[in-house]
Amino acid sequence: MTATSSQAPSAARARAGAADPTAPTRATRSRAHRRAQWTAWGFIAPVVIYLALFYAYPLYKNIDLSIRHYTVRSFITGDAEFVGFQNFAAIFSSSTFWPAILNTGLFVFVSIAFQFAIGLALAVFFFRNFRLSGLLRALFLVPWLLPLLVSASTWSWMMNSDSGVINAFLEAFGIGQINWLTSPDWSLIAVLIANIWIGIPFNLVIMYSGLQGIPNDVYEAAAIDGANGWQRFWRITFPLLRPVTAITLLLGFIYTLKVFDIIWIMTRGGPATSSTTLAIWSYQLGFGSLLPDFSSAAAVGNVLIVIALVFGLAYARVQRRLEA
Amino acid sequence: MTRRSWWRTAVGILLTAVMLFPVYWMVNVSFTRDSDMRKDPPNLFPINGTVEGYAAVLHQQLPFLATSLIIGLGTVVLTLALAAPAAFSLAKLRPKGGGVVSFLLLIAQIIPAIIMSMGFYTIYVRLGILDTIWGLIIADSTLAVPFGVLIFAAFMSGIPDELIQASRIDGASTWRTFRSVVLPVSRNSIVTVALFSFLWAWSDFLFANTLDGGGTWKPITLGIYAYIGNNNQQWNSIMATAVVASIPAAVLLVVAQKYVAAGVTAGAVKD
Repeated sequence: MTATSSQAPSAARARAGAADPTAPTRATRSRAHRRAQWTAWGFIAPVVIYLALFYAYPLYKNIDLSIRHYTVRSFITGDAEFVGFQNFAAIFSSSTFWPAILNTGLFVFVSIAFQFAIGLALAVFFFRNFRLSGLLRALFLVPWLLPLLVSASTWSWMMNSDSGVINAFLEAFGIGQINWLTSPDWSLIAVLIANIWIGIPFNLVIMYSGLQGIPNDVYEAAAIDGANGWQRFWRITFPLLRPVTAITLLLGFIYTLKVFDIIWIMTRGGPATSSTTLAIWSYQLGFGSLLPDFSSAAAVGNVLIVIALVFGLAYARVQRRLEA
Repeated sequence: MTRRSWWRTAVGILLTAVMLFPVYWMVNVSFTRDSDMRKDPPNLFPINGTVEGYAAVLHQQLPFLATSLIIGLGTVVLTLALAAPAAFSLAKLRPKGGGVVSFLLLIAQIIPAIIMSMGFYTIYVRLGILDTIWGLIIADSTLAVPFGVLIFAAFMSGIPDELIQASRIDGASTWRTFRSVVLPVSRNSIVTVALFSFLWAWSDFLFANTLDGGGTWKPITLGIYAYIGNNNQQWNSIMATAVVASIPAAVLLVVAQKYVAAGVTAGAVKD
């Protein structure tokens, strides 16, 4: 940073000196401008090419898969028949479609509601600096940093019907065995618990930094006016956190919609379709069996993308409004 | 210390203990003997424990760990090489149309990996690069590149313009300015992006399973998955592998906690 302070004045001097005596003509200036543009794009070009090759092209491929009838053979040869929206019609009328939509909606909504509420409560709790608060807050990050596969396997074993520690704990309180992963009534709840656990740290950290952004004098003023803790939270903290809340919820939405690993490891979407979300369904169709149906898998994937995009655009709008 | 804040510390420790219980349980099970595995109630501490699980990791999982390390490092290099220059340009050179690129990078983060994996699969089958390490590196980098550009751009827009102009006036080219002025001051954000791209590549399961399922060199997530998939009942080996696979996350937390927090909050919160 010392470099900044010592070089900045000389730069300003140099700029001022260069400006007047030999003022560049319009033509040279526009040529210089054009060159600067080219240079700037030169720095961006690799990422643009990268986006085109590794985002746009796979996406295009995905759409192509969903409007043709691909079989294992035509997948290699590439001469699949064009069928238009037939694949979409097939998945819309599939008996898995509505359960998958409902499960996706429940999974996303319940996950976000709990992650956010618990994350915010913890952020408020940790915000009062107390002994060890920094260390404990750091430890709270652990679930979020673990590979999803590790968390999912651990939860699988903890929720094992006969030998899992959770059922052992519940039995100590006289609650009978719950078949977390093998009962259609419990499987969605089981994956929800694991997913909420994973998402809490993210919400905690973001809401905590949101709290840091609230100036202290607002609270002081409220204290002078005689506001109690409860009023301070609902009348000051919560409204002032609204922009951060909007971003957190939207990011949470986008992440949760994508969740695949946890559900696949814990229940594979089952039993039957009881924990099948759109992401799981798409994977089941494309990679889950010996007879892959890539076209239907891609069609399900495209439905997922449309849902994600609608909310993603809302996210971009909020983001831009915050930056303005 | 008042009495009240001790009360808070006690509650804080209790909450942390509850939150970290699954992590403790993973470690506990990794040391449990096969014969005690189905005991009811289970042993809460690894008394009469065993390191058989870790012996199994040493025997069977080392190649998987090495593969994950290579893939992680490859992803870091690719991500940094692509994201840093682009972010510099978007934040400091601000070319016409740069906003469109930023917008596309935002949108790119929305696309679910399951859809990307299907697209990559079709392309890789055609090109014959299925089950290769660098095919997986490319796929894994898509998890981190948009995020990387975002972090770098947020950081670099805070570098004073004077610093860059001074270097230009000293006769340095744009590239030289980027390399010897911008990159050195961006060290913190480089660490953040590198950490996250490594962690995501290391943790990836979906791309590994779809694009490298039949490869000779498989990452550690597939090592664990193979254990589970075989209906293997040796949960101590599974959990021992899980513990070893968690080491990068643990190291990260100890060594670079502030960078982690920076990565989580960047893009979500504006100062």
